[in-house]
Amino acid sequence: MAKYTYSYYPGCSSQKGASSSNLMKSVQTMCEELDVELNEIPDWNCCSASIGYASGSELPRITLSARNIALSEQHNSGQTIVATCAACWLATREAAERLEHDPQLKAEADQALAEAGLKLENKTPIKHMAEVLVEEIGFDNIKAGVKKPLEGIKIAGYVGCQTNRPFGIHGESFENPVYLDHMIEAVGAESIPDYEKKVQCCGGALAFSEPEKSQEMIKGIIEAAYDNGADMIATPCPLCQANVEIYQDQINEKYNTKFNMPVVYYSQLISVAYGRSAEDAALDGQIIPAKKLEEIAKK
Amino acid sequence: MSDLNQRMIEKYRNDFLKEVEANVEEGEWVKMCMQCGVCSGSCPLGKHWAHPPQEIFMMIRAGEREEVLTSDSMWMCTSCYNCIVRCPRELPITHIMHGLATYSKKLGLVPKGQPTATFAEIFWNNMMKKGRVNELKLGLSLYFKDGFGQGIKNAMANQKLGMAMMKAKRMSPAELFGGHGIKDVGGLQKMIKKAQELEDARMKKFD
Repeated sequence: MAKYTYSYYPGCSSQKGASSSNLMKSVQTMCEELDVELNEIPDWNCCSASIGYASGSELPRITLSARNIALSEQHNSGQTIVATCAACWLATREAAERLEHDPQLKAEADQALAEAGLKLENKTPIKHMAEVLVEEIGFDNIKAGVKKPLEGIKIAGYVGCQTNRPFGIHGESFENPVYLDHMIEAVGAESIPDYEKKVQCCGGALAFSEPEKSQEMIKGIIEAAYDNGADMIATPCPLCQANVEIYQDQINEKYNTKFNMPVVYYSQLISVAYGRSAEDAALDGQIIPAKKLEEIAKK
Repeated sequence: MSDLNQRMIEKYRNDFLKEVEANVEEGEWVKMCMQCGVCSGSCPLGKHWAHPPQEIFMMIRAGEREEVLTSDSMWMCTSCYNCIVRCPRELPITHIMHGLATYSKKLGLVPKGQPTATFAEIFWNNMMKKGRVNELKLGLSLYFKDGFGQGIKNAMANQKLGMAMMKAKRMSPAELFGGHGIKDVGGLQKMIKKAQELEDARMKKFD
């Protein structure tokens, strides 16, 4: 039996062949190393992210997340739900809280769920994987398992928005959270606690609908990482990762910059530091290769 | 102008605040705003809002119904939640902005071609088809939203990125034919239809 067992909500972007499949792969590797068992919620659906609101107003949107919680309660009874995507986590937790505090909304959601033959207890705690690492496993335990410290790599910890707000990690500041820096240090890399853009918005879903406005913000995030001498950026959020990594060519073209900054997940750092291969750490999923991590993984 | 819009104008004549409180998600909080402006100063896209949140709150109280509901301001919200955590009165500002955007859409008042409103609808419809987002189709629908010619241009402009994503196995051509989805699509669609009916019924009560 694994030391930690959770009901797992991977989310749409983490599926095979989707934009953060590298997050899922490296999370699986990381969890093998940390003895965390992840039981996927059977038949989970999309939470409608932070952009579904315009067509899916309050009740339909909350019902989407209620279905996932109900399925988890039915199939993974007694297990805390863990999400790796910031939007999945936020939507699910927000839905659970709203349903708890609004009996009319809960009664209506129950009626809607009945159409799919489901029943919601709404008693399940909902966590982000970062909370599991920080609160359940702890930095000391993460550090204890490191086989190949990530020496000589300077990493800008980019927490982003929705992993940090409105819920965030208990005890951390919204303006300057430090858990990601501690995680970076735990795996033997050098952190940048003063990285100015660690909670700056990347545009989120508006990177698609308002690319120019979003890329102006993304430019600032990358520029600040260079200014602080970073070799790479690390983030917990799939949309932050994609937005900050994949538009660098377009930004270079527009602003005449020469950005080539790798953007990786915390789970990739831990996987490599625990001695796993570049493939297990999903480093082949980079658009901009994280060469310094690849070198350590090869050793 | 939609019928629903006309009915709401007649029902809430001269009291836009009441209308917002009754029909907009978290709208009952609007009257709590004390006009400090921290939300407007904290918004990452603040400079692009015709009326930042603080102004929107005052305009609601001043009864500037049309100006608020036809504004594209709320559509600038990136859902970063900065305003929520900084608001000294803890107003759920992000949700109110989403709520206003949604309400404006229900009434048919969204500015034509507003890109985030268009994307939001494409996203929702994409997701509802199989219960999970099909990223490839989502991207393509967005490229082709302004017609075929523009779509080809957009697709060409992003060709290099698309190829890089496929090489990294973060985009799959297989998504065009089927792709990811849930098993109980029927149940999910029935569930959401019911939720929509229940919510619409709440608004009809004000007829």
